[in-house]
Amino acid sequence: MKTFEIQNVKDTRSGFGVGLHELGKTNPKVLGLCADLTGSLKMDAFQKDFPTRFFQAGVAEANMMGVAAGLTIGGYIPYTGTFANFSTGRVYDQIRQSIAYSNKNVKICASHAGITLGEDGATHQILEDLGLMKMLPNMVVINPCDFNQTKAATIAISKHLGPVYLRFGRPAVPNFTPENQHFEIGKAIVLNEGADVSIFATGHLVWKAIEAGHILAEKGIHAEIINIHTIKPLDDNAVLNSVRKTRCVVTAEEHQMNGGLGDSIFQLLARNLPTPGEMVAVNDSFGESGTPDELMIKYGLDTSNIVEKVLKVLARKV
Amino acid sequence: MADIKQLQETATQIRRDVLRMVHACKSGHPGGSIGCADFFTALYFEIMHHNPKFNMDGINEDVFILSNGHISPVFYSTLARSGYFELDELKTFRKINSRLQGHPATAEHLPGVRIATGSLGQGVSVSIGIALSKKLNNDTSLVYALMGDGEIQEGQNWEAFMFAAQNKVDNLIVTIDSNGQQIDGQTKNIMGISSENLKTRLLSFGWEVLNMNGHDFESILQTMNEAKSLSGKGKPVFIVMSTEMGYPVDFMMGSHKWHGVAPNDAELENALSQLPSSLLDY
Repeated sequence: MKTFEIQNVKDTRSGFGVGLHELGKTNPKVLGLCADLTGSLKMDAFQKDFPTRFFQAGVAEANMMGVAAGLTIGGYIPYTGTFANFSTGRVYDQIRQSIAYSNKNVKICASHAGITLGEDGATHQILEDLGLMKMLPNMVVINPCDFNQTKAATIAISKHLGPVYLRFGRPAVPNFTPENQHFEIGKAIVLNEGADVSIFATGHLVWKAIEAGHILAEKGIHAEIINIHTIKPLDDNAVLNSVRKTRCVVTAEEHQMNGGLGDSIFQLLARNLPTPGEMVAVNDSFGESGTPDELMIKYGLDTSNIVEKVLKVLARKV
Repeated sequence: MADIKQLQETATQIRRDVLRMVHACKSGHPGGSIGCADFFTALYFEIMHHNPKFNMDGINEDVFILSNGHISPVFYSTLARSGYFELDELKTFRKINSRLQGHPATAEHLPGVRIATGSLGQGVSVSIGIALSKKLNNDTSLVYALMGDGEIQEGQNWEAFMFAAQNKVDNLIVTIDSNGQQIDGQTKNIMGISSENLKTRLLSFGWEVLNMNGHDFESILQTMNEAKSLSGKGKPVFIVMSTEMGYPVDFMMGSHKWHGVAPNDAELENALSQLPSSLLDY
């Protein structure tokens, strides 16, 4: 099992903030819009240095999405910032009609996604956003795993013409992917090669999958660990190539089982390569208040859950 | 000086187009469409500086957004008669494989349409975005939008009204089709909305507010020109346009019945007989 050096421990939302600020310097077409959460989204540096290209939308997310759609007409690339809950569920019809159906070049940037939002509780912990967004035609859906990758993704999506949903989170997590990496939308990253089981993980669960890989290695199990930072378009070839070799699958994500990464992967496999699989995801439940770590354990999203699901699927492997 | 007789002739022909389009596919929204025919005619044939060689970004030209997308027939007829696409294409309205979708859409690349609308309450926000884009581009042309007085019940509009005033979006002219009707009855009975209280509400939100008679070209032209002269002065402009749904077809006026119903053969014949035009039908 390959070892990954933790460079530091940082929140992915700060990767977004740094990436957006860098874009401010390099791409004059990039704009920022925020719905009264500038500090939480780490958009304050962009606001300070590019005040004429930043729009405070207030607590009015529906209007923010419409304004962003309009700003693309005339050639701009608006980045909207608010919590994932208010970036998706609250404004679904605005995104569907004014952005996705109209195929506008809006980048919907969503922080505090998932259960690791923590103490604010289930009202704010959206676990359905990947599903909502991936169902929309034209929408690209990205969920990077650490600070460096979120920064790279933030910059990379400016070069993609069309709507993008970029999901990141609140807590500080290990930052282990290369600084200034090249981010390719839709290209899965094989972190560790192994022949026994494929673990496909996204977002905060990628580091958990690496931790699980070390525990499994001690048991003599060689896991192939793949970072699926782009849920849509899914890297079908990367998934199928790995599963042809390993013949069993575990998916891991901070999302409902319904509609998330696992749902996309098992749909692909059912049609092309039926394979035993297990899912590490929230099982049709809302979250609750607690620390991010406590919640990850209680809702079955921890390293031990990945190990357990791997052992379970290995028993089913044919 | 505008030739009002010619504008009236064009508006009458657009009304004929609308009724024939809706009749041909046995669906669509004729009442609000023909009620707004005079406004569309004034806008596209007199008020706006626009380019029928359509470009999505609309830089250095006036841009129009239809928020109440269900009155697409009057929008499509106006675009065709302004040279955006062939008149013949009006025959395809609401039919399979058409660029003329039931509600305006961009997916089929119909020239003149810049955003999908139909799910109500979204057009004003989009118009604000375009207006801000024009400011960033140092483009001094204007953004025009039309919305409905049923649609204004959607909360997003009021978010947009606050935002536009706060951000001094003064290159935007939003007109509301105040015909007082919505699907389930009169706007005043359903949500207490009238031409009078629209004016006081928008004034309190920090907009300039004008009134006009949507069936009188002199009123429309004078008011739209006044709205233009108010642009660039720090406030967005809102025009309360009084119209009658179904105007001037006698059996279509005075109720909400013709909001979303197509005329049958006899009703079409009756309506067309009230709309004589020397221009040619498509």
